[in-house]
Amino acid sequence: MTDSTARLPHPRPGLTHDNRFFWEGLAARQLLIQRCAGCGRLQHPPAPMCPACHGFTMDAVEASGRGVIHSFVVVHHPPVPPFAYPNVIVLVELAEGTRLVSRLVGVDPDDVRIGMSVAVDFETVDGDLALHFFRAAAGTR
Amino acid sequence: MTARRRATFAGATAVAGIGATEFSKDSGRSELRLACEAVMAALGDAGLAPADVDGIATFVMDNNPEIEVARAIGAGPLRFFSRVHYGGGAACGVVMQAALAVASGAAEVVVCYRAMNERSQQRFGIGTMPTARVATTETAHFGWYAPFGLLTPASWVAMQAQRYLHDYGATTEDFGRVSVACRTHAARNPRAWFHGQPITLAAHQASRWIVRPLRLLDCCQESDGAVAVVVTTLERARDLRQPPVVIRAAAQGASRDQHMMTSYYRDGIGDLPEMAEVARELYAQSGLGPADFQTAVIYDHFTPFVLAQLEAFGFCGRGEAKDFVRDGRIELGGALPINTHGGQLGEAYIHGMNGVAEGVRQVRGTAVNQVPGVEHVLVTAGTGVPTSAVILGSA
Repeated sequence: MTDSTARLPHPRPGLTHDNRFFWEGLAARQLLIQRCAGCGRLQHPPAPMCPACHGFTMDAVEASGRGVIHSFVVVHHPPVPPFAYPNVIVLVELAEGTRLVSRLVGVDPDDVRIGMSVAVDFETVDGDLALHFFRAAAGTR
Repeated sequence: MTARRRATFAGATAVAGIGATEFSKDSGRSELRLACEAVMAALGDAGLAPADVDGIATFVMDNNPEIEVARAIGAGPLRFFSRVHYGGGAACGVVMQAALAVASGAAEVVVCYRAMNERSQQRFGIGTMPTARVATTETAHFGWYAPFGLLTPASWVAMQAQRYLHDYGATTEDFGRVSVACRTHAARNPRAWFHGQPITLAAHQASRWIVRPLRLLDCCQESDGAVAVVVTTLERARDLRQPPVVIRAAAQGASRDQHMMTSYYRDGIGDLPEMAEVARELYAQSGLGPADFQTAVIYDHFTPFVLAQLEAFGFCGRGEAKDFVRDGRIELGGALPINTHGGQLGEAYIHGMNGVAEGVRQVRGTAVNQVPGVEHVLVTAGTGVPTSAVILGSA
């Protein structure tokens, strides 16, 4: 595994009024989960409103950063710069119950398993794009 | 089986014509020309003229505007034009749009087409992220995946496929049996790209990883080509050149917490609840059930979702498709031959429209791999996305 050394531009998210808080949180090394200010429901990916109580007032909580692998893939083809291959991409179920897609770093692709405990870390690519990634949780491997 | 639900187009509309170009890797001509060729072939098949066309339905992803096709073929003034979103999930949705239009009287003859130089010009699997100068809801969506390298349809599907293997104890050989069946059928279809090239399960297992757990032979091919179908009322279709193929039922489906190719946030991500919604609706409209189909066209962009679709339509229980697809059950001569044209794995990837055409041929009795005694055919559209399906039957 090598870290992504970006020569070509890294794919960037489209920032909207609904998701900007998440990406700004990463720049502050915080993994945020959107929360409905009305009923407290957590959701990811974020949306402009709560489908449970129909409120439009949303805030966020900082995730513990711990979770388990709910599913994963190992991308071999096509190799797209600036990513390194094989690229292990995980669907993490956070301790708080929401899920998100991220990269898994530091684990041999053959050793990745559903149910593995992982913990978040942060990186900055292309100078100013803050991203999350995950490693095997300390003590589990 | 569910009680029948009134849907005024179901049973009152028909596919009157089908047409296609050759399927290739480099058509050597414009997508617009491919669209026109397929539409003209479908109209000729139906015994209709371009001037008879007063409606068009196509995919949001198709690059050929309705008015450009209408202008080129010399269609009559259009009274109805419509597009269906979500990639190959539109394949049967466009037929439904056409059926709704002709049943309501909004139009009388609606042509549906999908035309693409998907191999020679605009490949879907090369791993690019849609960009926009100003962020949109859709670029925001891809932003949850692309920055981490989840960039291709294969990678999006593989995430659900991995969980399917885990939840149900299936193996990648079970994926491979779908590929073997489709290639077996394609091998006997002269129009199929893989005509004369069947594969073995061992060849599937030996093929290289694309995105684990998907191998090369789990992924459909990339194709240039076009397919069109003509939809009109059953009443009018009875007077046309071909025996009418009745649209017994048609439905679209999106689940709760549906995402575009990445419905990773609901329970049971190995399943396809949007297709289960479509199945319930089709069975309610038609009064039919899984035992009533002699053959089916199950959208096969990637093999794992064929298994999940067999479960969604009740051909077997949830998690049981791995056993269902054994022993040749989904091959010619089996209890439910699927994708008798070879599917998108074997014939061509025309975003599911070639599957609609094969469903029509099976009902007419003119398929190259004809199943005996066909009364009803199920045809499904793209999965992992908001989707659609139709039931076609004899008049």
